[in-house]
Amino acid sequence: MNTLIKTDRFVLSEAERSAIEHEIHHYEDPRAASIEALKIVQQARGWVPDGACDAISEILGIPASDVEGVATFYSQIFRVPVGRHIIRVCDSMTCYIGGHEAVLDGIRQQIGIESGQTTADGRFTLIPVCCLGNCDKAPALMIDDDTFGDIQPDGVAALLEAYP
Amino acid sequence: MKLSSFGPANRIARSEETHPLTWRLRDDGQPVWLDEYRQKNGYGAARKALTEMAQADIVQNVKDAGLKGRGGAGFPTGVKWGLMPADESLSIRYLLCNADEMEPNTWKDRLLMEQLPHLLIEGMIISARALKAYRGYIFLRGEYVDAARNLNRAIDEAKAAGLLGTNILGSGFDFELFVHTGAGRYICGEETALINSLEGRRATPRAKPPFPASVGVWGKPTCVNNVETLCGVPSIIGNGVDWYRALARPGSDDMGTKLMGFSGKVKNPGIWELPFGITARELFEDYAGGMKDGYTLKCWQPGGAGTGFLLPEHLEAQMYAGGIGKVGTRMGTGLALAVDHTVNMVSLLRNMEEFFARESCGWCTPCRDGLPWSVKTLRALERRQGSREDLDILLRLVDFLGPGKTFCAHAPGAVEPLGSAIKYFRDEFEAGIAQAGKTPLQPA
Repeated sequence: MNTLIKTDRFVLSEAERSAIEHEIHHYEDPRAASIEALKIVQQARGWVPDGACDAISEILGIPASDVEGVATFYSQIFRVPVGRHIIRVCDSMTCYIGGHEAVLDGIRQQIGIESGQTTADGRFTLIPVCCLGNCDKAPALMIDDDTFGDIQPDGVAALLEAYP
Repeated sequence: MKLSSFGPANRIARSEETHPLTWRLRDDGQPVWLDEYRQKNGYGAARKALTEMAQADIVQNVKDAGLKGRGGAGFPTGVKWGLMPADESLSIRYLLCNADEMEPNTWKDRLLMEQLPHLLIEGMIISARALKAYRGYIFLRGEYVDAARNLNRAIDEAKAAGLLGTNILGSGFDFELFVHTGAGRYICGEETALINSLEGRRATPRAKPPFPASVGVWGKPTCVNNVETLCGVPSIIGNGVDWYRALARPGSDDMGTKLMGFSGKVKNPGIWELPFGITARELFEDYAGGMKDGYTLKCWQPGGAGTGFLLPEHLEAQMYAGGIGKVGTRMGTGLALAVDHTVNMVSLLRNMEEFFARESCGWCTPCRDGLPWSVKTLRALERRQGSREDLDILLRLVDFLGPGKTFCAHAPGAVEPLGSAIKYFRDEFEAGIAQAGKTPLQPA
């Protein structure tokens, strides 16, 4: 007999569950909390495991496939494990003119990853991001919740230093 | 802590009469909290609107003032408000603030939300009264963490002071306000995609009609306005229509002031609150200081990735919808970008179309298939491995993805800069065609 092997039995923590239930009250329809629910799980765990979509769908009373559809649509919901710190490099045309491709080269030289990759030690994940609204200080990037501007490729090392 | 939005807008001379959006900014760039906002006449307009004015008069004032949407499309705000149903039995209505600022080269709403959160809240209270909305959401992009923190703190202050909640300022009007943060994707800024996203769905645009004013979030009448638009409402109510209409320079059909900017390799990149109708040259030379030493201006874009490129000679154009329209494109957000002589247009367009292709929601075919095709073609031209047909392919895409052929304005916005770049810099695109006799390299 074939057995379906579930490797990641997923249970929402009490804190996650109550945070999601709190969000539901802000909307006319529980479905509206789906994106926030995914963000709550991601905040606690760094990413959104498959089982989280089932667990969220049960709380919200919507199909798991809908939650999965939302989870895969939005670029800031991570469906694979990511590093402890997320580097988001703005790739708008303003930052292109400001030299963001050289900044990406600087990051590559420093920690050896391309856009979309995670360092082997699980410290950093590098992703592109839409215009960060820091255009007078291009090129710009974010590390976790911190925004930086006027980035020089040779200044990247010092910036990353602060995120162990 | 310094906010990202601290900059030239804080440093120019400002007055209440001439800078309704930014005169309250602090010189140190710190947020203006409730006490200070009130000391600077804050919530005076809300008091007037809620306790002295009829709902229809607020709408009429905004209509008469000529306020237009500041998110890039420039639709008259009062007209949009007037689309809300007259039927009083439709009592559940929503006001959504589009704060999903992701347009490349746009950083104006960030300034308002980070430093003047109460101005947006006051604008929303007055607008909600005009629209008879009982609840509002600020749809804020997730990356604006400072704006989220400041807005939430300001909302708490306003609630504690009786400016949000039930029976606001003793007027009998109830309004509650929430900050809803997104999780990425540029398309969320399209107003019907924003509604889908707020409902917890994939952010694909909806067919119009029905328009959101009839069938919006959760099927209820809904109005979606940009941050800067809503921030413009209090001064119209507070200072009056005639004052507002006198702000713009002669020759401008657009009324009031606008946050305008210039970035790129200019001496003093920044945003400033300026009257509609100033020339792009004033913005470029007097405010942005012209190009940095060693750089010359090759071309410029008047207001975001979705607007067309213009030449240095077009700097004489006046910054208002009709003024920029006369030279062949749209004013968009009014935050201009200088492209300097070192930039290759094929490479720049490759960067831009990579963005538009990545951010397409994939709902309709021209956009989903056409944009990656343009990227592939531009990459080939950039490597000088293009074929003779590539220019025709790009021009055909400019046509196929143009206005009226797709579900929303994403694809038309993507091809407007492409079409204008080919129009003005055709030789740079032709230079990407592989030379006869040479064997083209295989794509990497």
